[in-house]
Amino acid sequence: MPGELVIAYDRLRPEERLLFDACDAAGVSYVPLYVPELALDLSAMDALPGAGSVVLLRCVSQWRTLTLARCLEARGAVTVNRSSVITVCGDKLATSAALVAAGVPTPRTGVAFTPEAALELCERFGYPVVFKPLVGSWGRMVSLVQSRDAAEALIEHKEVLGGPEHKVHYVQELVEKPGRDIRAFVVGDRVIAAIYRTSEHWITNTARGGVASGCPVTPELAEVTLAAARAVGGGILAIDLVESPTGLQVVEVNHTMEFRNSIDTTGVDIPAAVVRYAASLEAVPA
Amino acid sequence: MQTLDTDYGRVRFDPSAVMLGELLVTDEGVELEVVSLDPFRLEPAPEVAEDWGE
Repeated sequence: MPGELVIAYDRLRPEERLLFDACDAAGVSYVPLYVPELALDLSAMDALPGAGSVVLLRCVSQWRTLTLARCLEARGAVTVNRSSVITVCGDKLATSAALVAAGVPTPRTGVAFTPEAALELCERFGYPVVFKPLVGSWGRMVSLVQSRDAAEALIEHKEVLGGPEHKVHYVQELVEKPGRDIRAFVVGDRVIAAIYRTSEHWITNTARGGVASGCPVTPELAEVTLAAARAVGGGILAIDLVESPTGLQVVEVNHTMEFRNSIDTTGVDIPAAVVRYAASLEAVPA
Repeated sequence: MQTLDTDYGRVRFDPSAVMLGELLVTDEGVELEVVSLDPFRLEPAPEVAEDWGE
């Protein structure tokens, strides 16, 4: 497979088909790799599919993505994205910490380890606040908390859910936004496109019914977006931002972006840009 | 193209191009996942799992 672009996937969604088509159109040789049926022998790593290649990671399962990236990188594969990037983007606290460390504007965020400390954090931020799971996507288990009573109820539920991750309370201030947020698409060192996601619901993910429309890539948007991308290690990323009264703030960085609804909206051939970037990278034998 | 009647409706696909893990939508709007090519087998596609996302 060296010399070919490997596209690793577990569900063949429209995005993956679009990437295959983009490879065909660009004359890029590629190998689809169905990840669920892999049985990886770490003592025979040279035989690993994708070893010594550029591997575009497209699994919908975040754990499969991260595991495969770690295995392949050990044998000289260039994974897109790198496991270090996936690790940061797959954990909301790690993302927040990376953004803060890099000076990228992001909503005020805190963590607490007990119910009492979580309530103290809520009081300090002032209601409403947002509770988020450390790991999760598509807006799942993200909760808007309007009052102390609601906070107490939510925290109690989290505490009895079990699992250590629920004992870490990730709390964020609610940023007033104009009924929409922005998703910006980064490929390498470029912001190739952006969309507004508009919804009457405070969660604006298109997976939750948010409606996509074109968003101009202004110099401010490009600057903040690229700073966020650099903060997490770069690659192919979808960066979610809100328009706060004090300017753009980054709320999330996604490492395996969905784009099927953004191609016609933006007029940008996103899969072509992804394939061009991935094909331009070179694997280095371990 | 080939058509296949399933418990969830009729699905059309290209046998020469269909791939493992591919999502096919029946005429009743049900999403089915290709879980085996030989023998060809479809199962209702899970809508979400705990670690799925972007």
